[in-house]
Amino acid sequence: MLELKNISKEYPKGPKALDNVSFRVDKPQVVAIIGPSGAGKSTLIRCINRLVEPSNGQVLLGETDIVSLNKKELRKMRRRIGMIFQEYNLVERLTVMENVLSGRLGYVSLWKAYRRKFPPQDIRDAFELLERVGLSGTQNSRADALSGGQRQRVGIARAVIQAPDLLLVDEPTASLDPKTSRQIMRILVELAHERHTPTLINIHDVSLAQTFSDRIIGLCDGSVVFDGPSSQLNAEVLTRIYGEEDWSTTIRKDDDESRSKQERGQKDVRGEAAAG
Amino acid sequence: MSSLPAARTAELPTWERDKIIKSPGTRYFLLALIVFYLILTAFTLEIDWGRIASGIPRAGRMFSGMIPPDLSRLQLMLNGVLESVQMALAASLFGMILAVPIGICGASNLVPRPVYFVGRSIIILTRTFHEIIIAIFFVKIFGFGPLAGVLTLIVAGTSFIAKMVAEDIENLPPGHLDAIRATGAGFFKLLLYCVAPQILPRYLGVSIYRLDANIRHSTVVGIVGAGGIGQTLAATFSRYDYNFSCTILIAIVALVFFGEIVSSWIRSYLR
Repeated sequence: MLELKNISKEYPKGPKALDNVSFRVDKPQVVAIIGPSGAGKSTLIRCINRLVEPSNGQVLLGETDIVSLNKKELRKMRRRIGMIFQEYNLVERLTVMENVLSGRLGYVSLWKAYRRKFPPQDIRDAFELLERVGLSGTQNSRADALSGGQRQRVGIARAVIQAPDLLLVDEPTASLDPKTSRQIMRILVELAHERHTPTLINIHDVSLAQTFSDRIIGLCDGSVVFDGPSSQLNAEVLTRIYGEEDWSTTIRKDDDESRSKQERGQKDVRGEAAAG
Repeated sequence: MSSLPAARTAELPTWERDKIIKSPGTRYFLLALIVFYLILTAFTLEIDWGRIASGIPRAGRMFSGMIPPDLSRLQLMLNGVLESVQMALAASLFGMILAVPIGICGASNLVPRPVYFVGRSIIILTRTFHEIIIAIFFVKIFGFGPLAGVLTLIVAGTSFIAKMVAEDIENLPPGHLDAIRATGAGFFKLLLYCVAPQILPRYLGVSIYRLDANIRHSTVVGIVGAGGIGQTLAATFSRYDYNFSCTILIAIVALVFFGEIVSSWIRSYLR
């Protein structure tokens, strides 16, 4: 589905941000990318939809190498890749509905986009997604009237309405409180699984990564130093990624607890959303 | 911890904010230099005290000549005022429209380098010259009258609004642009769904301010013959028709006052 081959990125000044990163995601799974600040997580995820141009290597989505696409082809390709940001990056002066529908911009003509005439099925999808992320009734609110958690829900809806073949998620919870963070991660992971969308999530919080992801990729100084199922994360691996530290309190101890949490999450999401 | 009270009474630390120029020698030297320059200027400027002395009674004659204001030619004055207002309105409208493409071209985060340089060059070049100088050019080219004035105000207004638009676009958070680009939207959709909604209130505010400024400038450009109430005013001065000058000055004050009120009313409504 997605394959990165020897992706490198050098910025004009400074050391290599990414050094020969290769990995495959060949089934719809949630992959958490962890690593210290400056390890290249953001650069990596942006190299995939070329918000950052990789210096070297290939990014294959299906059969297509994204790196070799021209501008027009890249725009078409980006319609298939949803992206969610740390700072939500909603257009604050637009309504929630406009923000969600902007995920469909790649599919409507300029004139229709200007008159806000999106196809009825897009609007139906938007309403459904707003309900799914717990924001029913907010479609006419301006984005800057929402709380952080609510904005991120809109951000999720905007990315998911693209019906993407791949979801890129850049630090979705870094600006949110712990409770909201868990709710947001839960919504994300549920949507990814429901829609069989492979998902890459950059995330600082190791225990969130472990709780919600199927697989973890550890990045350090621009190189992959760990790639394996989330359950394999241990103190030795964390030391390899982050360096020496007492990791005993970070690693998830009770698997049953987090599993039951995931199941409960399904019911909680809608109720908690109004508060978040 | 027990030693802390004792230490407190022993010696109090002092703290002073760093001076901008650290060395006191340099500081006083610069101060002395400024004083020296002021004294030097006073001696070398050759101020003609005689002229100042004879100017004061002349000023008195001029101002007393203004009283009472001449109200017999109100129609002429009103025509001038109306022409100024029309010039300002037309110039503001055209300026608003022209400023959008130029402003977008001048935003480095939106357009390729070469376009950016063209956009910025237009803005910088048109901002270099004061309205009066531009007005002189247009009067030379198109002759006396409001056409030259309107063109002057269009050039000046466009460049002012365009600069604001360009800078507002450059101040957009890069993430907002990235987010819309990431959906596969092209340049114009990016303009519609990110740039336009975010800069619209400021753009309208600046344009309204420019309307206010254009009313003021329209009274000035007339002095070099570019139409409007300013041209009427210049004519009265050259004929020593101070009574009528006074009427026109009062009209200008009223006009600018009115413009200010309207513009601040609209701007408060926009917020």
